[in-house]
Amino acid sequence: MGSGLSAGGAHPGAPIPDTTVFDLRASQRGYRLNKMCGSLCSPENRAAFKQDEEAYMARFGLTEKEKQLIRGRDFAGLIHAGLNVYWMLKLGSVTGNSLYRMGAQMRGEKYEDFLATRNFKDAV
Amino acid sequence: MPSRVVGGIGLSHVPSVGVAYDRGKMQTPAWKPLADAYVPVREWLAKLGPDVAIVVYNDHGADFMLDKYPTFALGAAERYAIADEGFGTRPLPEVRGDAEFSIHLCEELVKAEFDLTICQEMGVEHGFLVPMNLCFEHGPQGWPVASVPLQVNVIQHPLPTGQRCYKLGQAIRKAVASFPGDRRVVVMGTGGMSHQLQGKRFGFMNEAFDQMFLDKLESDPEGLTKLSHHELMEQAGAEAVELIMWHVMRGALSPKAKRVHRHYYAPMTTGMGLITFQDE
Repeated sequence: MGSGLSAGGAHPGAPIPDTTVFDLRASQRGYRLNKMCGSLCSPENRAAFKQDEEAYMARFGLTEKEKQLIRGRDFAGLIHAGLNVYWMLKLGSVTGNSLYRMGAQMRGEKYEDFLATRNFKDAV
Repeated sequence: MPSRVVGGIGLSHVPSVGVAYDRGKMQTPAWKPLADAYVPVREWLAKLGPDVAIVVYNDHGADFMLDKYPTFALGAAERYAIADEGFGTRPLPEVRGDAEFSIHLCEELVKAEFDLTICQEMGVEHGFLVPMNLCFEHGPQGWPVASVPLQVNVIQHPLPTGQRCYKLGQAIRKAVASFPGDRRVVVMGTGGMSHQLQGKRFGFMNEAFDQMFLDKLESDPEGLTKLSHHELMEQAGAEAVELIMWHVMRGALSPKAKRVHRHYYAPMTTGMGLITFQDE
């Protein structure tokens, strides 16, 4: 569990710092979250989520802890809970958080400070 | 003329390119370096005159969900829909398939012991469409080439090995050559290069690694496949494992294929590479 690769098993090698590898354990852990976010690939479902986020989360059987992570827009926490980053992008879209905003939060930086680290910040 | 692979392209797919394309921003300073790199590629493709593009790509949770996740999935349909990946459906014509050619590929690849998931319906998104936008101009009549989508699991570990991907490319080359028609085929390996999109290491890139990868893809493609997923993730970021899809393209080309174009641009969070090969 947690971040990094475990030694041995399917991924031999030392854990990579500050990195989560989306393996089958993460996929199983995050199944409800990924299923809910995957459903946001239709305009009707995006509208339903925006209209009543709590009801939408309940429909997918999210645990209270998972609901808290969604309510708090806690992107690092969601990745730890097994949400895959590509499925998280759909949540970002429906909540007005771009990839780069989510990334800045995961790095623990202000959005503007993160942009300042890029080679050409207009390519967004 | 028998069917054959005439060219290969390794190139990155990044969703922001699709947005820039749809909003007419490809000539702005941020995107012009990328747009300009593809001008000679399009001219080269127009001369090569491919009938079919085999596009090796990965879906990002638009069409393939985690309830059942195939390692390799090949399209066998006459057409492929444009998928909504969570931001709306892009205003692009549906993708024209080549079912007869696809079915032949499916039959030959399974015979060659690649146990594919075969798809009668596939919705394609940025992983497939951004490379198409960069290489081909679509018009009201649709796309100038037919396509065969080949989806690879680069998302949920365990992933297929780099060597397996290269061998799949070699098997595709053989399967193309045995098709009883006269198709000219290009193979596109898409994704990467260096990038990491999660954790505190979000935004990590490694240009030196990406340039090495481009060098070796030309000079030692088989040796390059020995890079493990762990080494790829460590040196180029967790999401850089998409680069294994470039091995499928390189395996489908002759080892002596001539490199024609090469370009690199890394404005934000992804090293965007481009390399083309022409078969003799």
